[in-house]
Amino acid sequence: MPNITNDDVDVVIVGLGWAGSIMAIELAQAGLKVRALERGPDRPPEDFAYPKPADQYAYAIRNKVFATPRDAALTVRYNDAETALPTRKWGAFAPGTGVGGSGLHWTGVLIRPTTTDIKLKTYADHAYKRGILDPDMRIKDFPFTWDEIEPFFDKFDKICGLSGNTGNLKGVIQPGGDPFEGPRSNPYPLPALHDTLNSSLFAETARKMGYHPFPNPSANVSQAWTNPYGAQLAPCNYCGYCSKYPCLNYSKASPQTTILDVVKRMPNFSYRANANVIRVDLHADKKTAKGVTYIDEQQREVFQPARIVILSSFQFANVRLMLLSGIGQPYNPITETGTVGRNYAFLSNGDATLFFKDKHFNPFATAGATGEMFNDISPGNFDGAALGFIGGAKIHSSQATGAPIGTALPKGTPGWGKGWKEGMVDWYGRSMKIGITTTCMSYRGHFLDLDPNYKDPWGQPLLRMTFDWRQNELKLQRYLRGLVLDIAKELKPDAMSETFLGLDSHWDITKYVSTHNVGGAIMGDSPRDSALNRYLQSWDVHNVFVPGGNAFPQNFQANPTAMIGAITLFAAEAIKQHYLKNPGPLVQV
Amino acid sequence: MSTTKINLSRRTLLMAGAAAVPLVSIPVYRARAAGLEGVELQHYQPVFFSAAEWTFMLAACDRLIPADGKGPGALETNVPVFIDQQLRAGLGADVYMDGPHKNDAASTLGFQHNHTPQQMYRIGIKLAQQYSQQTHGKPFEQLAAADKDAVLTALEKNTADFAALGDPTLKASQFFGQMLDDTKNGYLADPMYGGNKDMKAWVAIGFPGARAAYTEWVDVHDVKYPLGPVSLSGKRA
Repeated sequence: MPNITNDDVDVVIVGLGWAGSIMAIELAQAGLKVRALERGPDRPPEDFAYPKPADQYAYAIRNKVFATPRDAALTVRYNDAETALPTRKWGAFAPGTGVGGSGLHWTGVLIRPTTTDIKLKTYADHAYKRGILDPDMRIKDFPFTWDEIEPFFDKFDKICGLSGNTGNLKGVIQPGGDPFEGPRSNPYPLPALHDTLNSSLFAETARKMGYHPFPNPSANVSQAWTNPYGAQLAPCNYCGYCSKYPCLNYSKASPQTTILDVVKRMPNFSYRANANVIRVDLHADKKTAKGVTYIDEQQREVFQPARIVILSSFQFANVRLMLLSGIGQPYNPITETGTVGRNYAFLSNGDATLFFKDKHFNPFATAGATGEMFNDISPGNFDGAALGFIGGAKIHSSQATGAPIGTALPKGTPGWGKGWKEGMVDWYGRSMKIGITTTCMSYRGHFLDLDPNYKDPWGQPLLRMTFDWRQNELKLQRYLRGLVLDIAKELKPDAMSETFLGLDSHWDITKYVSTHNVGGAIMGDSPRDSALNRYLQSWDVHNVFVPGGNAFPQNFQANPTAMIGAITLFAAEAIKQHYLKNPGPLVQV
Repeated sequence: MSTTKINLSRRTLLMAGAAAVPLVSIPVYRARAAGLEGVELQHYQPVFFSAAEWTFMLAACDRLIPADGKGPGALETNVPVFIDQQLRAGLGADVYMDGPHKNDAASTLGFQHNHTPQQMYRIGIKLAQQYSQQTHGKPFEQLAAADKDAVLTALEKNTADFAALGDPTLKASQFFGQMLDDTKNGYLADPMYGGNKDMKAWVAIGFPGARAAYTEWVDVHDVKYPLGPVSLSGKRA
């Protein structure tokens, strides 16, 4: 039994990143007594005043504001016949930690999925004849309509000062934006960021070729902004230290800049940093939680009683906590019983790097979200069925950072010696990328569970991830490669290199892709095949809500944060309007 | 469902161990870091490497990023100072090191062997010197440049067989990879970490360092940026 018991609260929030911060302010503003517990350190904005973040070695190489594998590793294997091995160093993904979570240092691309993306199963059943798609695919619709969720996308856009070009305003297509986006009730709050050389070259060429490019929708704000909570952001100064870095300018929408300054002033909100929640404690009947147990800064076990438990510690950490706490049944991929751990998905990327010996790209003068993209190749907007796969990708030329460690050099440049050094002198600032960020379907055999061999520093089993590329995603990559190379050739670079997956590629966990891991505790219409209902409420333990990317039944090509913000706001509203008056399951089946 | 008793004593032990080796990637000894920018390489006393290891590192860095050709070399930019300081400051303390270790795992499953960077350098330098002696009859630092490059290439390609030289747990290519990454990091990082002396590497490639404010410049396309770099300590070059 824990040594210490805290005072009662109405709501305990596990993890103070984006989802936790949204829940914190929405529920505190409704008058509840809210306490957040954050595993990592406090991260006050003054720690990130200029010039401190302008330090590539600390933030982007040594991952200063990320979780460490020592404390937060998972194990990985390609299929359930293998023994999983630990992620001893980060590679393909890298989770955040600390107050603000990854929201402190994310790139800031804030883009919605399409209307087709949220009803992908319905689309697939209609567009694909039987036998085309892998029978192990387990894609599902999100359990809400576009009209139900749109006001919450809109609210999160305003919280973040979304900057870009409106594409579809109440059903009317607008010039300069994404003609494929779902209808918006309101225009973008702020105009687009400025284009850099790479993105203007790309957009001009893509447009000529018949695509519909638009500026990457950005949560690095283009102008001064005051959000609905009263928090203020300053116009981005394109400092070049964005993706993986805390913002030195109060321009990146983060939990700190958009929410925490406000909620921390409320007397009914409190938080503890360096508080590692190790389990949710359930009542004997397992139908409700009584609170959570955490290890504090002095290594003491502390019990935090609460009426409502929010798990917002990041996608895979949420799933792990559910498994460690006995919330819901663990998924069995053979029998397909149990729901906690199923429908895990990831995403893939790829790119061509174009070298121009006489151009000055000045890659250091950039915001995180800088770039242009098009969504012409997204499900429902092109004939994927005829090509034999389901999915699509953002095709874009982005430039999230320009610091020199890791500069791409043309093929044939030696890896060290005089040739490497002179390659850096000749080619730093002389290249641009055209890349893809793809969808990823969910499959019966891709799932999360607890590892039998490896433990964390607190003695608890690591989360085990079973995942690899399937033919659907690899065929998609080969198709997209062709499109990207066609665009690249139009730009006539002096040299070009490429990285795309091949049809026989295994998932390479050493190469960074993105930390858009999704699934594992998905939302759905039925407790048979989902862990959460449409309000992110556990079907099994009705006072536990689990907002995060874990809720996605598969991954779409849009970055996940906009959706996570929207579904969290949607859930917060349901808690305020319905759950508080009548605690119990919000959806009857 | 788990009622695992939390192994607090293990955690306490780990924390106590960690306290001796800073976890944070910025060296915790700011006072020393402030002094690193003024270091003269020939007067520098290493804090991690032994004198013999230091001799090897100077010679190796001098070939990994040599002095000749466009741009400064690793010695001119104090890269070995960076590496020495980083190893002393706990480079690698964030890695998950619990066993069992599967040393022969597929490379796509990532780093799996059980050496810290500090161990990799200790073992790697020792065995690289043995290889040099065996293959060329001299210690590494006494070889001609072309032979030094041949030894480094043998480490890189793993044709230097560390198992045959007495240690089957570490591959030469793993040691080389660590050393090369650290060398490039030291060359291009802010000078406060001890390398990139006087921002010479940044000057050579045209990177403005910690200026980090380009509101007017983002709209100026395809024009060479005219200003030199600034460092985190506020120096200009």
